[in-house]
Amino acid sequence: MEVKISNGKNISLKGSAKKIISEFLSTTYSLKPVDFHGLKPKLSIKVGESILAGDSLFFDKDFEKIHFVSPVSGKIERITRGNKRKLLEIVIKANKKNKYKKYNISGYENYNNDKLKDLFFKSGLWSLIKQRPFSIIADPIKVPKSIFISCFDSSPLAPDYNFILSSKEKEFQKGIDVISSFCDGKVHLNVDGNSDTSFFKKIQGTQLNNFYGPHPAGNVGIQIHHIDPINKGDIVWVISPQSIVTIGNFFLTGKYQNYKTIAVTGSELKKPQYFNVFQGVNAFELLKGNVISGNKRFISGNVLHGDVIEKNGHVGFFEDQITVIPEGDYFELFGWAMPGTKKYSFSRAFLSSFFNQKNLVLDTNMHGEERAYVVSGQYESVVPMDIFPVQLIKSILVEDVELMEKLGIYEVAPEDFALCEFACTSKMPVQEILRHGLDLVKKECS
Amino acid sequence: MSFLRNTLNKVKPHFLKGGKLEKLYPAYDAFETFLFVPNHTTSTKCHVRDSIDLKRTMGTIILALIPCLIFGCYNIGYQYYSQFDPTFITQNFNSFFNLFLYGLMKVFPMIVVSYAVGLSIEFAFAVFRKHPVNEGYLVTGMLIPLIFPIDCPLWIVALSVIFAVVIGKEVFGGTGMNILNPALLARGFAFFAYPTKLSGDKVWVSEGGSDAISGETALGELATLVKDNVSQGHIDSVLSNFNNDGAYSLLNSFLGFIPGSIGETSVLAVLFGAVILLMTGLGSWRIMFSALIGGFFMASIFYFWNANGFMSLNPIHQLCIGGFMFAIVFMATDPVSAAQTNRGKLIYGFLCGFLGIMIRVFNPAYPEGIMLAILFMNVMAPLIDHYVVEASIKRRMNRIKI
Repeated sequence: MEVKISNGKNISLKGSAKKIISEFLSTTYSLKPVDFHGLKPKLSIKVGESILAGDSLFFDKDFEKIHFVSPVSGKIERITRGNKRKLLEIVIKANKKNKYKKYNISGYENYNNDKLKDLFFKSGLWSLIKQRPFSIIADPIKVPKSIFISCFDSSPLAPDYNFILSSKEKEFQKGIDVISSFCDGKVHLNVDGNSDTSFFKKIQGTQLNNFYGPHPAGNVGIQIHHIDPINKGDIVWVISPQSIVTIGNFFLTGKYQNYKTIAVTGSELKKPQYFNVFQGVNAFELLKGNVISGNKRFISGNVLHGDVIEKNGHVGFFEDQITVIPEGDYFELFGWAMPGTKKYSFSRAFLSSFFNQKNLVLDTNMHGEERAYVVSGQYESVVPMDIFPVQLIKSILVEDVELMEKLGIYEVAPEDFALCEFACTSKMPVQEILRHGLDLVKKECS
Repeated sequence: MSFLRNTLNKVKPHFLKGGKLEKLYPAYDAFETFLFVPNHTTSTKCHVRDSIDLKRTMGTIILALIPCLIFGCYNIGYQYYSQFDPTFITQNFNSFFNLFLYGLMKVFPMIVVSYAVGLSIEFAFAVFRKHPVNEGYLVTGMLIPLIFPIDCPLWIVALSVIFAVVIGKEVFGGTGMNILNPALLARGFAFFAYPTKLSGDKVWVSEGGSDAISGETALGELATLVKDNVSQGHIDSVLSNFNNDGAYSLLNSFLGFIPGSIGETSVLAVLFGAVILLMTGLGSWRIMFSALIGGFFMASIFYFWNANGFMSLNPIHQLCIGGFMFAIVFMATDPVSAAQTNRGKLIYGFLCGFLGIMIRVFNPAYPEGIMLAILFMNVMAPLIDHYVVEASIKRRMNRIKI
């Protein structure tokens, strides 16, 4: 299918990754239960224990078969907890040489659905599969009506999957073959119609969809909406291209090897480039010597919907990118009244809109304070869906679950509204509000 | 800069929790953020933000009003001298400046009263309710003087502001929550509470109290044609004013050399403002465009119907007189009180223009029909939005059935 998207906006930031890949091993790695939204984790290890790559670190309290496994072999160094003893992070001190837990996969082609699922549960592969609605780990019982793989990322400084995947055709094809046996519907590969899509054209057993247009065209939620929209009760699986490679690799080697290519980007890096790393790599070790000095923000993911990496922290489970941008904790005298030759805005209220707005350096300043909604039409211009974003957000603020359902909350995830949060004149925390709404709907309707 | 910053840092502790002036924090905050964009950084998932905020938005809209204000001041002087001392305009070398200064002297007190009264109420409510002072009034405070007649007593301006801010806005919860456009509400309040000070032929020219002058607005003149038994002579004499060499000729109406509310007379100045609003993307082109179409459509119907002298005015001319253009550019586009969905904006705008011209022509008691039309449509806007959103909900429901 061909889909043209007109609403949205590309933000061109400075510091996109050069197409060089280096290998990198850090001394510590981590797995964060908080990356799996809504999960109630229960530990299966203790501090000091030795583990193999692929050994379970924790499992799902609600469905105890689903395990979340270590990306590397080594020793559990620490377990960090937050408020109310909430499990935040499990840090593993890695061995010099990675030792894997081996699975016997011979004859898996003849497994029935349940047996294959069980293999996914215990090997940790299930943790790679997300579902819509709610953008959480896939429901282990319900059958998805289709599977969506967004093969391009349109967000700022995003990694280029054509480049990352180019040498992994065998694994990718294998992953698709295995995953498609879970679902009677189609497996959709969504690609950027304006890029070289020859890699994905070679993949068998999928439907290739060309998308044209600005961000958020690469967001899988927008793609689902245009191709096979989610109604109440539907489940759609969402898997990232590199997770498909991990799954494929498992069925070729029998090892859970979550080894992926991440883009290290941002205006504050000396050499933005790609790295091959294990999942949960220590970001500060990876970036050592590469960051321009000063007060910087380290983001696991992109600037629109990433998470802050604390000092000596690690990259998140689903992220294929690190972004480093300057912090913006400064006062600006009459900042709102100045002509603004260097200020970036979707509106054209600053002089800068007459200049070329490429390779921007944006910092983390809020550029104002939170207010009630005044301006209208801003959200609509960056949400390419038949959804009324402001009305949906307002229905969440008043916690009207029935109205949220009617307005299409099942079709959206916080990342799909990230540009709204960026553009909002009233500085609303749009993604937080939407997540709250999704949590409410999930609680009331299940 | 660092001196200012240091002073603020020094006094800030008094306003923070536990300080002596803790209760006045919203007022302090308003001053501090007026001087400095604060050093707040993002703490949610979106790590970078658009540079625009409400202060910038409101500031830009005020900028868009400046052409109307400048021309308005000039026109006050022009109307005054053309009535009382016509030779002054032609003889004096610096006449533009003198006329402008004369107008400014008259308008300035109204602006001061509008801002002083309105902002005091806003600050008081902010302190009382412990929320930050919202910037919404900055635009309202400028709009109100621009839509009042120049000879309106200051106490009426003050009363109207109080009514508009308290009843129109604060009782609903402040900026962003109001149903009606506060500036129009102020005008509406004054119009119905003090009709003699807001209409007639004496209030549009400064110091126009004496009988010697004739300062009727174009709409006021035309309204006299909408009666039974109007003599043909009267019709001809009124309509002759709208000929190419008359006082309300198309050119005069377009440039704005006619009596009227302070900022509304010049279509040219309004268009300058419209260009700023559209270029910056802060005014809705959907509303402006569809209101223009709506007004033109209604005026065309009247033109071909031609039942009385008022209707015989050609549609373009019809749109250029009165506050129509000013209202559809600056009033109908108020994002809070207008429809908020894109399709709703088209419907809302069209009906604003359509009803505006209709009221003006049908009911001579309310020559400023566009004001009433927009206030009416403000009330209807949520209903329009409701049906637009409902249509989307239906589309979603139908999808399940298939």
